Parts: sequence; C-alpha cells; structure tokens
Amino acid sequence: MTANDYKKGQPRWCPGCGDHFFLGALHKALAEIGVEPQNIAVISGIGCSSRLPHYMATYGMNTIHGRAAAIATGCKVVRPDLDVWQVSGDGDGLAIGGNHFIHANRRNIDLNMILLNNHIYGLTKGQYSPTSPRGFVSKSSPYGTVEDPFRPAELCFGARGRFFARCVATDAPGTIEVLKAAQAHKGASVTEVLQNCVIFNNGCWDAVYTPQGRKANAIYLRHGEKMLFGENNEYGIVQSGFNVRVAKIGEDCTMDDVLVHDAHCEDNTLQLKLAEMEWPIALGVIRDVEAPTYDASVAAQIEEVKAKKPYHTFAQLLETNDIWEVKG
Amino acid sequence: MADAVEVKELEHVVIRFSGDSGDGMQLAGNMFSTVSATVGNDICTFPDYPADIRAPQGSLTGVSGFQVHVGADRVYTPGDECDVLVAMNAAALKTQYRYCKPTACIIIDTDSFGPKDLEKAQFATDDYLAEMGIRNDVIACPITQMVKDCLADSGMDNKAVLKCRNMFALGLVCWLFNRDITIAFNMLREKFARKPEVAEANIKVIQAGYDYGHNTHASVANTYRIESKQVRPGRYMDITGNKATAYGFVAAAEKAGLKLYLGSYPITPATDVLHELSKHKSLGVITVQCEDEISGAASAVGAAFGGALAVTSTSGPGICLKSEAMNLAVIMELPVVILDVQRGGPATGLPTKSEQTDLLQCLFGRNGESPMPVLAATSPTNCFDMAYAACKMALEHMTPVVLMTDAFIANGSAAWRLPDMDEYPEIKPPYVPEEMLGTWTPYTRTADGSRYWAVPGRKGFEHVLGGLEKDSRTGAISTNPENHDLMTHLRQQKIANIEVPDLVVEGCAADADLLIVGFGGTYGHLHSAMEELNAKGLRVAQAHFSYINPLPRNTAEVMRRYKRVVVAEQNMGQLAAYLRMRIDGFAPLQFNQVKGQPFVVSELVEAFEKMVRE
Repeated sequence: MTANDYKKGQPRWCPGCGDHFFLGALHKALAEIGVEPQNIAVISGIGCSSRLPHYMATYGMNTIHGRAAAIATGCKVVRPDLDVWQVSGDGDGLAIGGNHFIHANRRNIDLNMILLNNHIYGLTKGQYSPTSPRGFVSKSSPYGTVEDPFRPAELCFGARGRFFARCVATDAPGTIEVLKAAQAHKGASVTEVLQNCVIFNNGCWDAVYTPQGRKANAIYLRHGEKMLFGENNEYGIVQSGFNVRVAKIGEDCTMDDVLVHDAHCEDNTLQLKLAEMEWPIALGVIRDVEAPTYDASVAAQIEEVKAKKPYHTFAQLLETNDIWEVKG
Repeated sequence: MADAVEVKELEHVVIRFSGDSGDGMQLAGNMFSTVSATVGNDICTFPDYPADIRAPQGSLTGVSGFQVHVGADRVYTPGDECDVLVAMNAAALKTQYRYCKPTACIIIDTDSFGPKDLEKAQFATDDYLAEMGIRNDVIACPITQMVKDCLADSGMDNKAVLKCRNMFALGLVCWLFNRDITIAFNMLREKFARKPEVAEANIKVIQAGYDYGHNTHASVANTYRIESKQVRPGRYMDITGNKATAYGFVAAAEKAGLKLYLGSYPITPATDVLHELSKHKSLGVITVQCEDEISGAASAVGAAFGGALAVTSTSGPGICLKSEAMNLAVIMELPVVILDVQRGGPATGLPTKSEQTDLLQCLFGRNGESPMPVLAATSPTNCFDMAYAACKMALEHMTPVVLMTDAFIANGSAAWRLPDMDEYPEIKPPYVPEEMLGTWTPYTRTADGSRYWAVPGRKGFEHVLGGLEKDSRTGAISTNPENHDLMTHLRQQKIANIEVPDLVVEGCAADADLLIVGFGGTYGHLHSAMEELNAKGLRVAQAHFSYINPLPRNTAEVMRRYKRVVVAEQNMGQLAAYLRMRIDGFAPLQFNQVKGQPFVVSELVEAFEKMVRE
C-alpha cells in the first residue's frame, strides 16, 4: 500500500493550515500500517478538521457536532473487524463532545481518536475553545476569557484513558510514529495533534512548529529510553519531590539521575506530570497501557452466553416463556 | 355449606390488585392474568405504579395498582372500573376505591388498617368504610395474621413471611373466580426453580387464601366463572408491549440476517426494552447502555453505517435529545429504528403515565425538511408486528423510522398467539449489487428512490456520508441551489412512496353517522366505545391509524366518506391538526384528554353519543 491508496480529493483547508500536514502524515502512516482502505472507517464530527474523511479513500462519515466518538462507538461495537479512526477538533471533541470523549476513554473501546488542537474555533470564525488559555482574546472574548482550559491529557487520564500521545502537525516522522502506535494499541487511544490555525490563532504552537523549535522546546518520549532533549541532548528530566524538573546534565544532575520513560506503567502519576510540562513540551507516546477493550469484551460475552444458554434463534427464544395451548 | 354458594357465569370481569409498592401487587396481578389466560380467557392488563421507587411505607403516594380485564370473548381494554378491588392496606383503599364500580366487591387486609395505617392514609376516623361512604360487599380478612400462621413453621423470618401476603390475596381471588390454582403453583415452581423453599412457601399461602374463601365463603353470595369463547386455536403467552416490541426487533434482525444493535439510555417507561434485549446475548443481540440519549441515537447511526439493524429506544424527553442524530440518519439515508414509548410531558412530566403527546415532535421535531416514517402500535401484542414492520421499512427504504408506543400499551399485557415467522414477509435491504462497481455513487437510487447500502468491508465501494448536503450524482459536498432542491424532493418522495396498508373501517362502515378516528394505543378503548354505541343501535364506525407517515393512500377518501368524524386522542389535537394539514377542507370534531391515564370507555361513549345525536 502507498499513501496514494488512502488519498482522495483536494483538501479545502486554508493554505498553511496544520490539517494539511496532518492529513499527509495520516496517509503515510496508514500505508505503513497496511490495513486496506475498505476495512477502515474514518468518522468525524463538525469543524475544520472534521472535513478530513472527505479526503480519505476509505469508508467514512463527516457527522454532526460533537458526536463522532458516539457514532464511532456504534460502528466499532458491531464491526470489531474494522479499523475505526475518530477525528475531532478541540471544540468538537472537548466542548460539545466532551461527554462522549470521556466515556469512550472510560469504556476503552478500540477507537483511534485524533484530537486536532489549535485552541480556537476556526469554522465559526474565531471564538475561544475549551483549550484556549485563560485570558485568551477572541471574537467572543474581546476582553480575554475568564475560565481555565481543559488539558487534554489530564481529561483523558481522568477518564481512565489508557493511551495518550502527542505530536506536532508539521512533524511528519513524529506524527507517523505516534499514529502507528495509536493504531497498534488495543483500546481507546487519544492522539493530540498540535496544529496551527493560520487565520484565527496563528502562531499558537510556534515554540514547537519547526524542527529547530522542537530541538529547543520539545522532548520526544519513547518507552524505555532516557528523557533527554536539547540541541545536543544536554538536558534531562529528573524527579523533584512529587514533580519532575528539567536539569542540565553534568551541572544539575548526572546521567543516572535522568528518568527512563515508562509508557506502560499502570499508574499515570508520572505520565501526567510529563504530559503537562510547559517546557519542554512532551511529544510521543506518553501513556500506553493494555486493558480489556469494550468491543472485544462485548463479543466475548456474547460467545460466553451462547455457550451457556440453550436458545439461539427467535423460535427457541419464544419457547423460554410460559406458554399455554388453546385447542380448536 | 360449601355447595350453597352459587357459581355465576360472567362474560367479563375487571379486577384491581392494589397495595404498597413493596406488596407485590404487580406479581399477584400478573399471575392471576396468566392463570386466566391459560384456561383460554382473553386478558388485557394495566399496571399503574408510582414514580417513586419506595415511597414511605403505607403512604398514599406509595400505592401500586395492577388492573386486569378478563373476558370470555375478546377484551380490548383493561376496563374502566373494577368489579373486584384488592386493597392490601389503608392507603390502597383510600386511593383506589375511585376505580370501583358501585357494585364492586372489595377485599381488604384488616391487619393493615390499624391506627397508624389509617393515619398514614389520612383517615380522620377509624370507621374508614363509613368515612369513604363504602356500602359495597367487603371481604375483610386478617390476611397478615393468617399468612404468619400459615408460615409459622417455615423457618422464614418475618420480613420474608410478609412478602407472601400477595399470594394469599391471589389465592382468595382465584377461589372467587373458580380458578385452577395448580397453574399458579406450576408458575411459582418454575419461577423459583433454584429456591424451592420460596416456591413452596408461596404455594402454601395461595392454598391458604383459596381455602379461606372456600371454608368461610368469605361472606359473599356467589363465586364466578368466566367461560372461554376464544376461537383461534394456537399456543399463547402473556406479553407486555415492551417485551413484544423487543421481540419484534429480534425477529426482524433474524429475518434480515443482521446483527441487532440497541443503543439506549435508561428512561421510564422504555427501559424494559433495554432490559429485555440485554438478556438475549445468546442470539447475538448487542446492547450498549450509552452515556446519554444522544449517544444512544448517535451510536445507532454508527451501527447502521457498520451494517447492523440499529435501534435506539427512549421516551419523549429522549426524543428531544436524539433529534439531531435522527436527522443525520435522514440526510445520510441510513436505516435506524427509533422507539418512542410515550409518557406524560412536557419536560419530565409524568414519567410513569401515558399520553400521545409526542406525535408532532416525531413527525416534525427536527431542523430542515426532514421526512421520516412514523408508525404507532395499537396494543401490547401489536407492538410485535409494528416493531417488525418498522425494521422492515427502515432496512428496505434506507431511512430512520419512528415507532411510537406509550406507557399504557408498553406496560400492559395481553395474551399473544405465538407467531409463525414463516408467515412474516422477507426483509431485503437494497445492498449495492457488485456489478455496479465503478458506476455506483453514494446517492445512486433504486427504482423506488432508496439509496443503496454499501457496508464497509466491500472493496471499491468506499465512500463518505455526512450531515452536509451532497450532490445527487457524485455524493460530494454540494451547496448548489438546484441540487439541494432536488435532494430535498428526492428525500420527501422516497418516504411518500413507501407502501403502507390501507386504513380499515370497522363497525358500521357503510353508513355510519360518526367515524371515530384515533392512532396508536387508544385503539382498544375507542373500539370498545364503538361496540357499545353499536349495541345501543347507533351507527358508528372506527378507523384507526397505525401508519401516520406516510398516511394510508385511502385516508382522505375515508375521512370524507362520513358526515361526522371525531378524532379522539390523548393530546390537544395533534393527529387532528396533522390530518387537517394533509386533507383539504377536513374539519373533524375532536375529543382530547390529557390525564396521563387511559381513556374511560363510558366517557367516550357519552361524548360520542352526544356527537351522533347533535
């Protein structure tokens, strides 16, 4: 399979929109994964990023605002054989769709949930979103917002999410790497894509949007590897009381002090600290813990009950009732 | 003495069991119904239970009732007023006496009429019968004490013993109507197969209740017998509307060869459908108890896209929340069945009571031009056929379909002749044929205007659906004005083209002076009213709608055939308004009642008689 096998149509996002970059990376990731297009369903809600299914040569639905996770849940539970991707923006996924977001995570249904986060409502032309920082000035908050944002990782973990990854839309290799991990993970996976809106919130991820920026301001977390970053990996993440901090190796700490990333740890305490660092911004697979998936459990329970109960057809079901006969 | 009691033949009788919520009146009522149906009587039941799970014991709000109408011939309603009232405590007598006929016999447990019980039931004096002006036959017996005595050696604790009081009442009523109590014994032995000691204790109490009647004659002059005239031989079971609806979905999925998916959120009075379907995993039924009503409907849309028979069940408040996803199914043209078990509204309204106030919401409660078939079941057993019909229509025409029932028929039960599924029509969804590969687009239509179903997994048929308007030829997003106009017409026409059975006129079809029109769960009451009017020599006919959108083709012709038409419904005139909209110049009389209770046949008769004579 090649990226072209997953590509369809001409995207109509604004020139320079982060969605273009992400879409390209998704096509490539799917080609590397190799599930055939007819066995993939891409389901989105409403918003700029939710146009994405139209540019996929797979099965798909561009549905209604906020409900993508719920719709994808119905699809996956009746068709566990399909590879189901659910694509939302920060408004679609965390505001109007917040309830479905947390319950899909709690239930642990095997969806690949993509959250394209640009801190803004683009399609409705520039209102603050549930991820906009306090004080954010927008058309609907000309004097700045007076509310705190959701932090997607915190919300995901609070809902008992077992997989959380983060990537930058312009970073194709980093994006492909986490998408492959998200797809391989059995259960709900959340991938937060840091994505720039060139029109209404330009520059929101400037710190990490270029390779140089990522060298200076991001850390790639990989399971089993030391948490190092910087131009020459001169910085490391070390433990500090109940928190983590950045330390310069050889000055503030030794290499032995630098933490090794454990994405598989059941306890999400340290993973949450990593996900919430403001400098550097953590990229890569931050949490990846195996647990029973909802769709597989539903199917297994059906098989279990089938083996136990003697009735398997409607005619047999009728016979389980108290029946009497009226003779002619 | 025993042979001095005369046995009278009855055509039909109405019995109301009432007591505290925890007294097991629903079970006693159900068992009496089944015992009666087993010997070939027709039955129609109506459980009337409070919204509170456990109201304070003995309080007026905690009274739970179960009414059953038993007939030698067909019965269509649970009956207006009862011939026998069982009141297990003072509160029950206080609240339920108003459902009694003046001649009704009342059975009370005198042990539950102590000073405290009377106070809780807000009696001012201890002569409760005089206080309520009751001059009926009263069988006053110390049921609690007799049950205690009966089970004294059982080793059961007091609480468990008291739970058997309902069985004493059942035994007594069985004696009064010369019922074969061994049928009840068998039911208990089956129900408590794993707890034989519980079964035997209950059986002992039923026998004690029966013997008490037999030995004392319970101070009545007669006992009664209801012969069976039921004509159609076959195998029968007692079924509630909700269970019949669930069975209809299961049967349709099996006939169509599809997985059945139910996305639902608990809501009274629809929850029993979720309960019922959740039991049947051995038939492969998938039920998801969703995080909200929205998700119930949305996940059903996803399941339909995935190729399942998708259903979401709810009541009126849930329809409000589901309407957006229902609309998505309209524009994506996917098969979804939406069950609305109506209850009293608006808002939370009367959760356990019955109304027909959601009709216009189901027909029109969505943004945009959103045509959707709407069907309504007419009785507990008819729920099966209408659920099957709704599934067939959704799958064959690729459309969401609303099936309306109501709390009255959903909770009520009747004797149901087991269906022979070979007699039910095939269900054949319009799967896209393989030879259309290359030429097919998502909105290519069949001869009758339906979209084809291309289920994921089929190579070459990958496509994207969505809530945005699509080009009729390519399936791509389109805002072209002519295309939108065309698609709006195509969606409208597709629903209008669906074939539904003609409206049937019953009664004096040829020359009625008044045509009674209704829809859904009021069929039985309207039919009984018509029969009574006909028996009085009045020329009255009945036409009842099960298919509301599209309307039967002969609707206008039938409505215009009679000089007077009354539309009787449990709302402020929603069907009447809809018919006026669809039939030029149609101006029916109306009978509207929104009490949360079923119609009362005698009130209907009185109102219709006036209309005929005017």
